[in-house]
Amino acid sequence: MLGKTAGGLFWMQRYLERSENIARLVDAGFRIALTRSEAAEDEWASVLTTAGVRQAYAQRYDKVDGSSVINFLLRDKTNPSSVLSVIEAARNNARLVRTALTREVWEATNECWMTLKEALRTQISDNELPDVLSLIRQQSAQVRGAQSGTMMRNDIYFFAQLGTFVERADSTARILDVKYYVLLPSLSYVGSSLDNVQWETILRSVSAYRAFRWLNPGETNPRNIAQFMILDQVMPRSLSFCASRMASALEAIAREYGGAGDSLHQAAGLSQELANTNIDMIVDNGLHQFIQDFIKRNNSISAQIEQEFRFYH
Amino acid sequence: MTGDKPHFDEMLLPDGSVRAPYSEFCEWYGAQDASRLRTKARDAENFFRRTGITFAVYGEEEASERLIPFDIVPRIISGREWARLSRGIEQRVRAINAFLHDIYHRQEILRAGRIPVELIARNEAFLPQMIGMDPPGGIYTHIIGVDIVRTGPDQFYVLEDNARTPSGVSYMLENRETMLHMFPELFRKVRVREVSDYPRKLRRSLAASAPRACNGPPEIAVLTPGIHNSAYFEHSFLADQMGAELVEVHDLRVVDGRVAMRTTQGYRAIDVLYRRVDDDFLDPLTFRPDSALGVPGIMDVYRAGGITIANAPGTGISDDKAIYSYMPEIVEFYTGEKAILENVPTWRCSEADSLAYVMEHLHELVVKEVHGSGGYGMLVGPAASRKEIAAFRQKLKARPGNYIAQPTLSLSTVPIMTRQGLAPRHVDLRPFVLVSPNGIDITPGGLTRVALKKGSLVVNSSQGGGTKDSWVLDE
Repeated sequence: MLGKTAGGLFWMQRYLERSENIARLVDAGFRIALTRSEAAEDEWASVLTTAGVRQAYAQRYDKVDGSSVINFLLRDKTNPSSVLSVIEAARNNARLVRTALTREVWEATNECWMTLKEALRTQISDNELPDVLSLIRQQSAQVRGAQSGTMMRNDIYFFAQLGTFVERADSTARILDVKYYVLLPSLSYVGSSLDNVQWETILRSVSAYRAFRWLNPGETNPRNIAQFMILDQVMPRSLSFCASRMASALEAIAREYGGAGDSLHQAAGLSQELANTNIDMIVDNGLHQFIQDFIKRNNSISAQIEQEFRFYH
Repeated sequence: MTGDKPHFDEMLLPDGSVRAPYSEFCEWYGAQDASRLRTKARDAENFFRRTGITFAVYGEEEASERLIPFDIVPRIISGREWARLSRGIEQRVRAINAFLHDIYHRQEILRAGRIPVELIARNEAFLPQMIGMDPPGGIYTHIIGVDIVRTGPDQFYVLEDNARTPSGVSYMLENRETMLHMFPELFRKVRVREVSDYPRKLRRSLAASAPRACNGPPEIAVLTPGIHNSAYFEHSFLADQMGAELVEVHDLRVVDGRVAMRTTQGYRAIDVLYRRVDDDFLDPLTFRPDSALGVPGIMDVYRAGGITIANAPGTGISDDKAIYSYMPEIVEFYTGEKAILENVPTWRCSEADSLAYVMEHLHELVVKEVHGSGGYGMLVGPAASRKEIAAFRQKLKARPGNYIAQPTLSLSTVPIMTRQGLAPRHVDLRPFVLVSPNGIDITPGGLTRVALKKGSLVVNSSQGGGTKDSWVLDE
């Protein structure tokens, strides 16, 4: 496979994943704004920080208000991380790697772009937002479904997988990076309604509010949430899950290519460490430090993949 | 421009009865419900959009990807008509390859005085770097798309020989797929010759021209200028259908005397490069020292027999519009036979007598740039305003050698489906020809382009033209 193609698959998938993550953040922010109007402005500000566009937003708008944030995050073409921008970038990458995609995957991606471009053409009002968000979810689910159902499990598939899990790990880690303080035991006192809202938001931004409650009936406390978000082995957006999937995708590529490089060592090491630690150790050693360290290592794995498989040169 | 001269209607006889090749189709069409057909036509458009069968329009930010309109009424050619056409095309393609070999070797045709020396010597499309070079398998033009128009029952004219990087074959293939998908019953009723094995034949044909350095199954790659090129869809489509890598120049580099592509596991040598970029963008060392585009050193590898470039660099000298006017002589010189397909009479404005005639008759001629394509920069006399003609006259005066002129042909028509029923529109035809050391293969049919505007003779997709499925009857 061409290095360029591997890079195109990796980035196509990162952008698709990013569009879903942005939609989720907007969803969670909108929920808070509806139910806790006094917390809305702070919440939108932290959504912008999590999405990594706080400064870009400040250049365009003087104040943080729901409607501007929503439109900036979903449809502003000057924001390279808006859903519209990343869907277009995903589709451009899909065109670039068209020969590596099945017809079904290409058509689902193309249709996703056409549909969302139309849906995000004009300003989105609060009334329309829930429908637009479900449309974004549906469209990316269709791409994912086509991938799962029609792609052969060779290097093409695994480079796409790497894109998914590198991006997802980064996204979950950023959510924790912005909100880590509400998960610190010292600041929490069980039953505070503000904490409850913050916890709920964290879980909603990874679409795992319900899953968490099933796994931890009656036990909503910061320790459990941190454990769930970082170390859970079955939650598909936990840091540990993402690291383990990166490692297995790189292992599969190493088997196909008959040799492993440093990216596999890094990813397998990270995955192993997460499997061998527990949440108390993490909190004792500093939750924030841990999260920042994770983000750095994830970036380093991404850069190593890019270099090792000759994406650009 | 409006064709007020009587034109040849490929479906209907002057008395309104249906010509034989269309009889079964018309029977079927008559039994269809018009609103169902319109729904189908919309389905077809959605299908093209979803599949991404689009072309880029330069300089238009919003509508930068457009569909080429597709008309569901097929253009039908009888087996007998096709047999004659394909004999003519084969003869012409054979002559073009012989001409290219000669012009880059002994130049017998110049010595014989059949075409003027300065036409070659001062031609930008002539590449001195190709002199004495023998391309692998002796083939210059592996892929040709010959533009043909019809003016009567047996009058077929070649309008242009696209011998550089002809495009449109993906539309030929997708148009057929769409028709099969929409009207399967029609194909049970009418026996139409297959086109779908074109990609397989293209691959086989390219593989047969592999260079000396190739050991093992030939590695084939399609070279595209990138996703912003207007024909990118076609490039990716052909690579995909052939099972070949789709590369851009920055994926390529000369490694150990071979042109190699950067893969996830290192550099891998390419044997045959089906390039869809212009000569100028192949090798900055050879052609454009000022340009950073291209693969430095690829021409050295080529000369040393390390790669096949299809089509060969320098083939443009054979489809140049000034050379075109000499095609009857060229065909005769290399095949020893009269040309089967006619050439459109052409005035070369570089010649004083011709220029004088053209200046007098601008209102009835089509004037084209010698190196132009895509319908840009041409004057269609009968359709032009006084002012446009006056402006063009100035351009002609300034650079007569840059232009040729031809009479406006009365192109044949095939009906398209309109709200008011079937209505005749002018068409042309681009059959696709593959050349390999094993022979010449012409896919039955080709791409029919149709001018959708009533009376218009301009079929180019960039100027409001559409396409049709083209059928050659299996009889």
